[in-house]
Amino acid sequence: MPRPGSAQRWVAAAGRWGCWLLALLLVLLVTGPGCASEITFELPDNAKQCFYEDIAQGTKCTLEFQVITGGHYDVDCRLEDPDGKVLYKEMKKQYDSFTFTASKNGTYKFCFSNEFSTFTHKTVYFDFQVGEDPPLFPSENRVSALTQMESACVSIHEALKSVIDYQTHFRLREAQGRSRAEDLNTRVAYWSVGEALILLVVSIGQVFLLKSFFSDKRTTTTRVGS
Amino acid sequence: MAGVAGMGRPAVGLRALLLLVMCAAGAQGLYFHIGETEKRCFIEEIPDETMVIGNYRTQMWDKQKEVFLPSTPGLGMHVEVKDPDGKVVLSRQYGSEGRFTFTSHTPGEHQICLHSNSTRMALFAGGKLRVHLDIQVGEHANNYPEIAAKDKLTELQLRARQLLDQVEQIQKEQDYQRYREERFRLTSESTNQRVLWWSIAQTVILILTGIWQMRHLKSFFEAKKLV
Repeated sequence: MPRPGSAQRWVAAAGRWGCWLLALLLVLLVTGPGCASEITFELPDNAKQCFYEDIAQGTKCTLEFQVITGGHYDVDCRLEDPDGKVLYKEMKKQYDSFTFTASKNGTYKFCFSNEFSTFTHKTVYFDFQVGEDPPLFPSENRVSALTQMESACVSIHEALKSVIDYQTHFRLREAQGRSRAEDLNTRVAYWSVGEALILLVVSIGQVFLLKSFFSDKRTTTTRVGS
Repeated sequence: MAGVAGMGRPAVGLRALLLLVMCAAGAQGLYFHIGETEKRCFIEEIPDETMVIGNYRTQMWDKQKEVFLPSTPGLGMHVEVKDPDGKVVLSRQYGSEGRFTFTSHTPGEHQICLHSNSTRMALFAGGKLRVHLDIQVGEHANNYPEIAAKDKLTELQLRARQLLDQVEQIQKEQDYQRYREERFRLTSESTNQRVLWWSIAQTVILILTGIWQMRHLKSFFEAKKLV
């Protein structure tokens, strides 16, 4: 009979779509909310350190890095997609920010290299933001629009996030300046003591050297005389 | 019949999608590779009374299968946290998957060091570990759904609580900034003083040695009857 056949087809189709929808929802719930990793690490001289992250296609990501201490405060940075194609490559950069959208699923890799430096090790800070922040309420009924109070809260939250971000960068710049000042302080201390010692040694040495010239001449003249 | 045949193809695609979901759920964000005996340190510059939560997960490299094993029981990581004065705040051994927490009592640079304790793994020479790491500081460490459930807050109250936490973190950071700026100013003033005293001392030493040299040489030449 035609009716039970078409009903069966409808049920099958609904079942298929339901399964896909559920799977899609699961994927969105799990891979949708992104994460942010903020890490400060020390990069020894002639070393390279790499970090990896699995990113889903279409996710907007931002990589920001800043060198805090060491040498000329610069580092090489390189970001590659899962196929090895280089998305971002900069040599000897002090601070940069790079935003990209993941074009394919897979493991993205970014490396910081200090291989050009022979004896200074660097401290590098990076902030890798993947996707959006997880929602405050992992609730199912998020289809209702936000009230005015709630949207005001959301905009204050975003503004405070940018304040914290600026604060972080300010703190890093201040750490950079402070490490330079402390270096300068110790260098001035060692240099002034060293310079004073050298001065004394050289002046006393000069006098004795000069005296030794005249002493030798005296003995030779007396020998010639006798 | 048509329904049964139709269900075959989406089921395969569904399995692939579920696999992707499971992979995504298993991955804990950022990861990096370390050697077995290698120690990796991270620095966190934080104000005082700030909570830091770190989550990590390790995977061992299997040389035969050329793949990272999903989980290796018996593999431990030693976590050591030092405060800005070099004193050890936390030094504990955790399993292959762990979570460590500490609260800072002095503002400054805290150092978090991780190394694996695998001595038996030394048999597999050249082995490497994949470490998934996630460090959350201050307000980011709060778990808001948990707080909402515990204190029974409405959505608006929870949002207000989040904003309060954020503002508190900004305030702490500003206080820390003031303390750091004072240190910076003391260092600069000390350098200024040192340069001032050094230049005066250098000039004095120079003049004194010059005078001493001339007098010494004059008496020497007079003794040698050359003058």
